[in-house]
Amino acid sequence: MSEATSELRATSPVGSVIQAANATRAGALIGYLPVGFPNLQQSIDAAVALVENGVDVLELGLPYSDPVMDGPVIQKATQSALESGFHLSDAFTAVEAIRARVDAPILLMTYYNPVLQYGIERFATDLVSAGGAGLITPDLTVDSGAEWISASERTGLDRVFLTAPTSTDERLKLAIENSRGFVYVVSTMGVTGARNDVDAAARTLVDRLRANGLETDGSSGACVGIGISTPDQVAEVLAYADGAIVGSALVRALSEDGVAGVARVARSLATGTTR
Amino acid sequence: MTTHLRDEQGPFFGEFGGRFMPESLIAALDEISAAYEEAKADPTFAAELAELHRTYTGRPSIITEAPRFGEHAGGARIILKREDLNHTGSHKINNVLGQALLARRIGKTRLIAETGAGQHGVATATAAALFGMKCVVYMGEVDTERQALNVARMRLLGAEVIPVTTGTRTLKDALNEAFRDWVANVEDTHYLLGTVAGPHPFPVMVRDFHKVIGEEAREQVLELTGALPDAVVACVGGGSNAIGIFHAFLDDPDVKLYGYEAAGDGIDTLRHAATITMGRPGVLHGSRSIMLQDSDGQTLDSHSISAGLDYPGVGPEHAWLSSIGRAEYLPITDAQAMSAFRLLCQTEGIIPAIESAHALAGAIDLGRELGPDATILVSLSGRGDKDVETAGRYFGVLDEQALVAGTREQNALDSNELIDGAVEVDELDRDLAQGMGTER
Repeated sequence: MSEATSELRATSPVGSVIQAANATRAGALIGYLPVGFPNLQQSIDAAVALVENGVDVLELGLPYSDPVMDGPVIQKATQSALESGFHLSDAFTAVEAIRARVDAPILLMTYYNPVLQYGIERFATDLVSAGGAGLITPDLTVDSGAEWISASERTGLDRVFLTAPTSTDERLKLAIENSRGFVYVVSTMGVTGARNDVDAAARTLVDRLRANGLETDGSSGACVGIGISTPDQVAEVLAYADGAIVGSALVRALSEDGVAGVARVARSLATGTTR
Repeated sequence: MTTHLRDEQGPFFGEFGGRFMPESLIAALDEISAAYEEAKADPTFAAELAELHRTYTGRPSIITEAPRFGEHAGGARIILKREDLNHTGSHKINNVLGQALLARRIGKTRLIAETGAGQHGVATATAAALFGMKCVVYMGEVDTERQALNVARMRLLGAEVIPVTTGTRTLKDALNEAFRDWVANVEDTHYLLGTVAGPHPFPVMVRDFHKVIGEEAREQVLELTGALPDAVVACVGGGSNAIGIFHAFLDDPDVKLYGYEAAGDGIDTLRHAATITMGRPGVLHGSRSIMLQDSDGQTLDSHSISAGLDYPGVGPEHAWLSSIGRAEYLPITDAQAMSAFRLLCQTEGIIPAIESAHALAGAIDLGRELGPDATILVSLSGRGDKDVETAGRYFGVLDEQALVAGTREQNALDSNELIDGAVEVDELDRDLAQGMGTER
């Protein structure tokens, strides 16, 4: 274990960036793109473009054959990445390449089985080596995540657990206590995808998280995802949350208008973070 | 055996099982778990289900001896558990009525389901009609094509059938789509999962609703023969009929248990669904079990002539029974299954589901191995009405096919007389395998 990883981080790089964004602006913008779509190099270029155009934290999705939390836009992109030969090792290549070009923390958004097959400890070690910040785990909850929690304790990687409008207070506390970086607030009962209105349930859930002890202190924070696709929605969410997560709108822009297109959409979304 | 294997209640069976699901669904899973525990402790629930089974399903299902079929299985005594005679044509109704009652108890008004062969979808559509609930069935586009008759049945019963066009467009993708629907509609919707896979409590709950199969059969075989069978065999896709018939025998150490997986074109090819035979541990659809996957953990495409077995995963309790050696899981190819299919048709006058034909093919091999003194209980999990088109085309006995008959059809028609020897059955297998080869 290297010195950098042996010392557990009380404040995570992701948490610090979110805290800083809340100090200087309305909050943080977190941008999602899948690795390997439309190909590895362009997914790297697109991620770099996001950061250059106002995205604070990158969420890189790992394409998976059975993505139960994803809506049609992201499914289509990740399926295309798989068909063009995406391999897990590409994730580390991408993280390293992006980190070499821009200084934004990178979380991988991954379903559990690929990590399990790679080996949880080995995955954590390789992610640290590549310069990654941690994982968002859509199908791994705290109560099923002992092995990942232990690996992230060892490596100091961030771990972002999800909370939903249907989560009990007890489960919110579990997510708050075990998340590092931020707590993912699932805005609506549904899969990923743009929606006209971000559910009022998101505000209620953020309020409940704060009532259950969540603070924007660099180790946690509440970031809202699912359904956010416009600068107005970003601004609306940042009025009560610490960060806004945008996925499908960026993926659609990348798929329709390439790297320049995704840069444009990111720049526009970032206007929603001003105060 | 000192342990009581029948007592396992999950969430884990050894290292298998658990709950690997989005947080959005945890509340619904907890709700159904609690409702199920409550229902188990409530005698009126059991009474209501038993009454439905008596007056609607047609339980108990009978057992039928199959002596003419048995002649081809080494002379072993073959006893069929006739789940094919249940209302809707398969064992699936056992679980569906149980879960539908439970859904009604917790105030859900909409049922969703995934289906492969369509049997589970038909059963769910049936229960929805019976209970006055809305019903949406997700079915892989590929399966809607090869099981068109069942699609029509579901629609006649008032259900909406949504062909799933993502991924491999088969059963696994239908599960994904059903989970996505559930995440969005969990308030009024129950996901009536149709097999012993998925997150806890499904593997335990679905097993419990099907264990009546084995409990009845154990008594029936004892009464008929004065002894327990030497072996119990069933086909395994997700594994619901298999666990249903195995469960009553788990603590009978002298009764051997065999699950037959779909080997498609053969396990030495990439086109099979022999999950336990060829897979390795992983997490799919909410539980840790054995699955077909590549080195990156991406789920592999499965293949079987039988839509109901065409699934790259398997229920966690089967993975566990395999790991502790209590049950053995063996592969049966499309050609073996189809040969057994025709054999049962022509020796016993029973048209089995192609899924169940995998168990019959296994019984032929096992009977030859165990000999004439053995008694083998076979789960005849479903009837073959839905497969008439597939089988008709396979054997070249569909009229429209006969019009464009090639060599394969002619050969099949020529040999369409009663097969009366083990050797000939083997020859038939080879002919059929070659026939299929030229078609692809």
